[in-house]
Amino acid sequence: MFTTLLSGDFPRSRVLAVVLVAILAGLVLAPFVFPGTRSLNVAAKVAVFVLLVASYDLLLGYTGIVSFAHTMFFGIGGYGVGIAMAKLGAGWGNLALGSALALALSAALATAIGLLSLRVRAIFFAMITLAVASFFQILASQLSGFTGGEDGITYKLPELLLPGTKLVETPFLGVELSGRLANYYLVVFAALACFLALLRVVNSPFGRVLLSIRENEFRSEALGYRTVTYRTAANCIGALGATLAGVLYAIWLRYTGPDTTLSFNIMIDILLMVVIGGMGTLYGAAVGATIFVIAQNYLQDLMALASAAAKGVPLLPGLLHPDRWLLWLGVLFIVCVYYFPTGIVGRLREK
Amino acid sequence: MSHGSALPAQRFDWLPLALIPAIALAALPFIPSLPTWVTLTVAGLAMGMMIFMMAAGLTLVFGLMDIMNFAHGVFISVGAYAATSVLLAMKASMQADSLAANLAAIVPAVLAAMALAGFLGWFFERVVIRPVYGDHLKQILVTMGGLIVVEQLIHVVWGPDIIPLPRPATITGSFIVGGAAIERYRVLAVLVGLAVFAAMWLILNRTRLGLLIRAGVENREMVESLGYRIRTLFVGVFIAGSALAGLGGVMWALYQESVNAQIGMQMMVVLFIVLIIGGLGSVGGCFVGALLVGLMANYTGYLAPKLALGSNILLMVLVLLWRPRGLFPVGRG
Repeated sequence: MFTTLLSGDFPRSRVLAVVLVAILAGLVLAPFVFPGTRSLNVAAKVAVFVLLVASYDLLLGYTGIVSFAHTMFFGIGGYGVGIAMAKLGAGWGNLALGSALALALSAALATAIGLLSLRVRAIFFAMITLAVASFFQILASQLSGFTGGEDGITYKLPELLLPGTKLVETPFLGVELSGRLANYYLVVFAALACFLALLRVVNSPFGRVLLSIRENEFRSEALGYRTVTYRTAANCIGALGATLAGVLYAIWLRYTGPDTTLSFNIMIDILLMVVIGGMGTLYGAAVGATIFVIAQNYLQDLMALASAAAKGVPLLPGLLHPDRWLLWLGVLFIVCVYYFPTGIVGRLREK
Repeated sequence: MSHGSALPAQRFDWLPLALIPAIALAALPFIPSLPTWVTLTVAGLAMGMMIFMMAAGLTLVFGLMDIMNFAHGVFISVGAYAATSVLLAMKASMQADSLAANLAAIVPAVLAAMALAGFLGWFFERVVIRPVYGDHLKQILVTMGGLIVVEQLIHVVWGPDIIPLPRPATITGSFIVGGAAIERYRVLAVLVGLAVFAAMWLILNRTRLGLLIRAGVENREMVESLGYRIRTLFVGVFIAGSALAGLGGVMWALYQESVNAQIGMQMMVVLFIVLIIGGLGSVGGCFVGALLVGLMANYTGYLAPKLALGSNILLMVLVLLWRPRGLFPVGRG
């Protein structure tokens, strides 16, 4: 059964297996083990970003193309749900409609961008996606009647998913079984299902062709594979994954705005997660996303302590200021690219 | 065809150049009054010149070494911040209404900006980029990482807030020509931009150094096999390009009258559009592309403010449909 579920792609390292099981167990048990709003938010964000980063890894790690438009697709998913909920009303049908439209739009855009610019070189694609993504960001903030502009949109969800809803009267293991919990498990299990689907994709013959394109484009072309078609398809699947992640995040937050979906900072976060976790393996995406989101939320507390301790030393308190956590992750990122190009997961698998 | 004669002179491609007046004239009927059009055109040219200064280094570095530096934007912001520090320290001579006093503040500020940006460029080439020559994927990743780190360091050194930066007294305000208000600063920007372009053109076309650079852009291996150290040449170009970006950063900061650490990243998007329009690696294309983008941004900013950045993308798509490799395609594909 495991072979089918994981598509035959086992962790191949005892430590990694333990880490992955711990992440999964942590996500599933989070509402009971770490009660509290903040930790549940962190757990839901981990689940969403595992999917988002895994879909990015399909592009960067498996196909070897750098896209800066991944947050655009993430945002399309978020805004799809947000606009449908806010304009059409909170119903399951509208939720499905918004998600479906978002997926269709993402697929169309990804195909268009891919066919237009994937023929040429990696750098060209990176530059074009950066320009398109920033255009989309401006579009979202300008069409404020539709998207809520810089403020974003808040909306209601179907009643089952609202925190006010009580599913069962009596608390279970001391935890209230509310709509919030239903919402959380919807997000976690949907993300898990999509992750497994992506695992299936990268371990299929299609995924092998992607790897061969990454390793040697000329050769795979000589073997008769249309590389542009394969790359565009990969771009499309990655975009769909990101859109689904955006849908889930919008469901969890009950809010969609430029800062939570489209911002360039999120694009940088995704890059950091993929590279630190390990390019070219989806487990790397899972590990990277988990470490990064936890660091984002708890490293700052630690840095505040260190910064206070370093008071009086010149420059050091500034370097350790909680807002500068990205500085250290940036340094880690560069070190990773040079010395551990396979990231954490690659290191674990070597042993 | 006679044998033994010199190479046939290459016909210069005037068509892309004609796009600049074409766009300006095309905008004329849509803008209600001639003076407004003049103001907008000057503003667009000024903006284009500043963008050109920032983009020139990026395109040369790409042409010469096949390296796309996604962190080029930090040279812009570092230059802007360095100049801000100098200018704010010399507040008195900034506010004095005499050209000499103003120059006494601006010249050191510009020199500081160019020196710091150039030094950072040297450091960057040495530490960050050198290990990943020839690997595009890693280059993009590593330079993005460099961008993050330097941006954060700017926050550490100069603080996270936007710093207001008033222009010196003699170049604020505007004068009126035939009913059109023209800001002094914009004229200055156009002049500086033209000077930079002229200097670059002279160096590239009239000196031995420029000959080597152009030959390197055209065919690196051949220049190397003739015994020239293209690495050294490249480091020089990289430093000069970074310093130019620093200069562009100062000009841009004074234009906006404020600095923030995001300047660099925001400009990167525009720079990429300019490079793609002009043809990757081409200095002339970069110049034409920058002017087109500047003009387009100002006209659409006036006619349909919501579409200002969108217009640049549209311009890029149109140009690519006309010439898929940019206005002035460079040697290698």
